[in-house]
Amino acid sequence: MPEIAGPPELRYIQAVNQALRWALETYPETLIFGEDIALPGGPFGATKGLHDEFGMRVFDTPISEAAIIGAALGAGMRGRRPIIEIMYGDFMAVAMDQIVNQVANTRYLSRGTWSAPITIRTQQGYSPGACAQHSQSLEAWYGHVPGLRVGLPSNPRDAYEILRSAIASDDPTIVIESRMLYADKGPVAVDGPLEPIGGARVVRPGLDVTLVTWSRMVTESIRAAEAAAAEGHSVEVIDLRWLSPLDFSTVAESVHRTGRLVIAHEANVTGGFGAEIAARAARECFWDLDAPIERVGTPDIPIPAAPSLQVAAIPGATAILGAISHVVEASRRRDRPAPPAGPRLG
Amino acid sequence: MSLEENYRAIALIRAFENRCSELKAAGEIPGSIHLCSGQEAIPVGACRALESRDALTATYRGHGWAIARGIPLVDLLAELLARDSVLCGGRAGSPYFSSAAHGFLGENSIVGGGVPMAAGAALASLHDGRGAVSLVSIGDGALNQGAVHEALNFAAVYSLPLVVVVENNLYSEMTPIDAMVRIKPLSRRADAYGIPGLTVDGNDADTVEDAVGAAVERARLGGGPTLVEALTERLVGHYSGDLQHYRPAGEVASARGREPLVRLRHAAASLGQESTHRLDQIDREVADLIDASLASARTISYPDARTVGDHVYA
Repeated sequence: MPEIAGPPELRYIQAVNQALRWALETYPETLIFGEDIALPGGPFGATKGLHDEFGMRVFDTPISEAAIIGAALGAGMRGRRPIIEIMYGDFMAVAMDQIVNQVANTRYLSRGTWSAPITIRTQQGYSPGACAQHSQSLEAWYGHVPGLRVGLPSNPRDAYEILRSAIASDDPTIVIESRMLYADKGPVAVDGPLEPIGGARVVRPGLDVTLVTWSRMVTESIRAAEAAAAEGHSVEVIDLRWLSPLDFSTVAESVHRTGRLVIAHEANVTGGFGAEIAARAARECFWDLDAPIERVGTPDIPIPAAPSLQVAAIPGATAILGAISHVVEASRRRDRPAPPAGPRLG
Repeated sequence: MSLEENYRAIALIRAFENRCSELKAAGEIPGSIHLCSGQEAIPVGACRALESRDALTATYRGHGWAIARGIPLVDLLAELLARDSVLCGGRAGSPYFSSAAHGFLGENSIVGGGVPMAAGAALASLHDGRGAVSLVSIGDGALNQGAVHEALNFAAVYSLPLVVVVENNLYSEMTPIDAMVRIKPLSRRADAYGIPGLTVDGNDADTVEDAVGAAVERARLGGGPTLVEALTERLVGHYSGDLQHYRPAGEVASARGREPLVRLRHAAASLGQESTHRLDQIDREVADLIDASLASARTISYPDARTVGDHVYA
């Protein structure tokens, strides 16, 4: 029998590049701009080769995040479909007025006579030695703002699909990548159908515990689920993929079956998007829950640069496994639940 | 433009602002309003230099820009009265409305916040072949905002067809601009971006039209941005209810001798009584127009509360 070729394996960053190329080919109105993205091809190579091929539709900008985002908005209002890169998620803070006060209001205030069909690509999270201004996970900020869409790809396939969906959407969409995943390889359906925005994905089915996670922590969560399986606990891992639109029904359906919920993200715990998931679950899944909801995240501290300190702060599979064990244990002792120790940290 | 045409355009905005002040006092306009009384010659002159294909972005002191751009008074009043106007259906109000039909990207209630957007409209023009120019109005205080600096440099390096009109009314909200910058005139800021900057009399519509017209033409021909500082004086407070205790005694009274309408009245008087009578007639016509527009605006219903959640997303 002839061998059937599966989808090509691409690195996460290559998948981003492919999605950008697709946009330039598909939408003549696409513009791509940002710091060091044209001639240098992007600090991480996301835009490599695109300026050579598409000329001034792909261009370098001054180091001016507010101007980049504001210019994307104005160009978007006037018929372009800009895709911009903000080099680090931390730098979005430089331009929060443009994101929150300008971009997000555009459609609602004008009742749709204006729209902002723009995509803001950025990447976030810690990496060894990266300083506190290059390491934060701030997705909850954007998930809080009506008018914005927020997607966080956790693998090459989603790096391609979520970005394509974002670009095709007529809403302003923030795609938050993870540079720690940029070198990861995986199958990418480059000729696959365009997906609408939104939709969580069950990446590992399970029966005993629902584990909701996103971005880089998906990998850690799968590792934790595998370790839990060895201990006899079947964990269902849900990659949330999008904070907006939020696919809570996939979460609720899972919790209905498992009765236990753990939420894991790299962002610090207080006010993280896990709080929103927990609050919704507390209301919508109250009667299904057999144990208190556990949240796993970084403690409420700035991110240190020293790798030894980072390891102490940033949660991984071990912390997630601890939370899984905790909810299983708590549900077994429902009559005498262990006193809550606060959010589960690092 | 003729004296009478200038007078009519400016008197319309002045009378509109005066009426807004009354409507605010009567509680018919909710929220804060920021009137442009005394500054009308700037939007009147600048908008004459624009074509319908061009983009316009203004500040929260934007009623005059909207009127000069040709947004119908009834629609504007309906928006201010928080009714279901064709502009923004009452969602924007006085300080943040827009009109896609007029290429009016909108007012902005963040000082300087609209300049990056205006640069983006100019960027779109580079790529869509429409040849449109983007004009943005800001106040003197906005020159101290980081986003304005970023956007001016961004526009300059790509020679974007952008015209920035700085309405220098001497006050950065409630603080004298002289106390907040070390340079004078403010148009010298243009040097920092390698673009032309000039300072003109903002109380004369023809002067503004000429200066902005040259900047628009330059932008349309690929010459890049220009910063036009238009000198003027605010005859009213920063916002409705501003007592202006921070202004020196006699300053506003003195400004009333230099403001655009008084100047045109003086010019008319020197031409004879008939000319003065024609301006009186214009005043009456303008008042009638506002009366009629207000009456129409008042017939427009308030927005349907059930629509409050509409249009957050596509």
